[in-house]
Amino acid sequence: MPLNRNLTDDQILIRDTIRSFAELNIRKQSKILDEKEEFSYDITSQMSKLGLLGAFLPSEYGGAELDYVSYIIAVEELARVDSSQAATIAAHNSLGTGPIYYFGNDEQKQKYLPQLSGGKLWGFGLTEPEAGSDAGNTQTTAVQDGDYWIINGSKIFITNSATDITIGSTILAVTGERPGGKKELSCFLVENDTEGFSQLVMKDKMMWRGSNTGELVLENVRVHKSAMLGKQGEGFKQMLSTLDRGRLSIAAMGLGLAQGAYELALKYSKERITFGKPISRYQANAFKLADLEMGLEMSRNYLYDVCRMQNEGLNITKEGAIAKLYCSELAHTSANHCVQIHGGYGLMKEYDAEKYYRDQKLLEIGEGTSEIQRLVIARSIGCFD
Amino acid sequence: MNILVCVSRVPDTAAKIKVAGDNKSVETAGVKFILNPYDEYALEEAIQLQESKGGELTVLTVAGDEATDVLRTALAMGADKAIHVKANQLEKDSFYVANNIANVAKELNPDIIFLGKQSIDFDSFQISSLLGGLLDLPSVDVVSSINYADGSITGEKDIEGGKESFETSLPAIISVQKGIKEPRYPKLPQIMKAKQKPIEVKEAIETPLRTEILEMTLPEKARAGKILTGSDADIDELVRLLHEDAKVI
Repeated sequence: MPLNRNLTDDQILIRDTIRSFAELNIRKQSKILDEKEEFSYDITSQMSKLGLLGAFLPSEYGGAELDYVSYIIAVEELARVDSSQAATIAAHNSLGTGPIYYFGNDEQKQKYLPQLSGGKLWGFGLTEPEAGSDAGNTQTTAVQDGDYWIINGSKIFITNSATDITIGSTILAVTGERPGGKKELSCFLVENDTEGFSQLVMKDKMMWRGSNTGELVLENVRVHKSAMLGKQGEGFKQMLSTLDRGRLSIAAMGLGLAQGAYELALKYSKERITFGKPISRYQANAFKLADLEMGLEMSRNYLYDVCRMQNEGLNITKEGAIAKLYCSELAHTSANHCVQIHGGYGLMKEYDAEKYYRDQKLLEIGEGTSEIQRLVIARSIGCFD
Repeated sequence: MNILVCVSRVPDTAAKIKVAGDNKSVETAGVKFILNPYDEYALEEAIQLQESKGGELTVLTVAGDEATDVLRTALAMGADKAIHVKANQLEKDSFYVANNIANVAKELNPDIIFLGKQSIDFDSFQISSLLGGLLDLPSVDVVSSINYADGSITGEKDIEGGKESFETSLPAIISVQKGIKEPRYPKLPQIMKAKQKPIEVKEAIETPLRTEILEMTLPEKARAGKILTGSDADIDELVRLLHEDAKVI
């Protein structure tokens, strides 16, 4: 049982509620969904009824008004059992509703947020075949035509963007050139049924196979100028700020997965007998588990602390990067130890260890690779000044 | 309809229980506590009753300071307000608890009082009957289904090997069996709103204890059973086991 210090009664109740929900309603199903590579509308609907889709939105938009610590705890508890369901919730809140809530005008918030906390999903179209962390190389363009913008381009790896309950995506596009020759970027809220906008489900993933990943193609998509998010040219800033918060969700997913894999490894190591005693009694395994417990305690306290900074509205660029980097590497270590402790069985699909091993890998790549996180941290401590 | 639900805070079913150094109580350090599972069923029955008939739903516990968490859970599930009768003494027996519940119930005049059939810590099974006596009201135990009419209810209660139908006037005290209604998960918005719901704190009325715990010991570890499939060969094996292992024949 992790430390409860500094958690409020409601944060503990949220943890217990989501843990129990995930154990009873997700764990068994997650293996089948992983096997079939299938997104579950049923589980998404159940998560929506619990209030997970509008986690930190105000109640006027149908949200649950969670503080950031509570939201992160919810994501952590989902990821402890299944990364796919955690991904649906983390992406929807941090990347789906987040930009609309933080940068949208009243009309846009009124139009979309109640639907998005009530069961519909929204994607965040940043990554392109030629532009991931290198967002300055975005190829998607938006050209103004009177009161309309005409968008052309494509996006890949967009979580939640291609389900039957997805109503649209935020699309980052080049809208001009800045003085000095850099691209000017802006975001648009593009609804799924807009003519020329198509969403394709991306298949054959190694991990998060129960979550929805889409490829978006925009061919002469006409949107009214009222679909622009914030002001023209603010896209890059909006994206960076969204990713700062998004990193906390990925950190929570790393922490949760690390916890789940660790618990599985600990349990198995006490049951598995070799040379006459449980393998947990061999230091080779005991020390692995001790190291994981240490990592979990340290990273949990750090992540919750960064969430408290986010609650206070402080800048978390460096701290978010540290949390994301550390927790995703902890998830890697934990899943790796979990498989190792399981020995040959750890390689078999019948055991849960291999799913943790596959699911963790995204965390070191998505929303900024580990290398990018190190760049962010290095920049913030002045290495490149 | 005014509804009162009595709840208690008990060690988690998964908690490892140790006897404290005094050999008379349970070591609470490091133990996670939860809302008594049978009380969750009682609460769910009460919430659904309120959703269909209206009225006010009050949840009550007789416990020390630490019990605020289970009251918040009950408020998050749907209770309107909570009453925390602060028991300042550590030791309390069923009569102490029932006497304090009865004291509050006399003020509230609820139309129906729900509670779980037992709390999973001490399993005394006494509160509902004691309340019946103290409040001079009908009390029905181990109820597995209820139909509501004006001023009365009918339903079924579990008895050994079967069910018994009952009918009683209201007000009444109902202790519920597992599964009467499946308890809901508290929804996240309700968890946040529960923080604003009132918890009224009352001092407990001192009630001399009528029972005393002399000693507490952990049950002996149950021995693993053997399962025989019932083939002819198994009959010989059964006789052999009863003779040689169990030494009963």
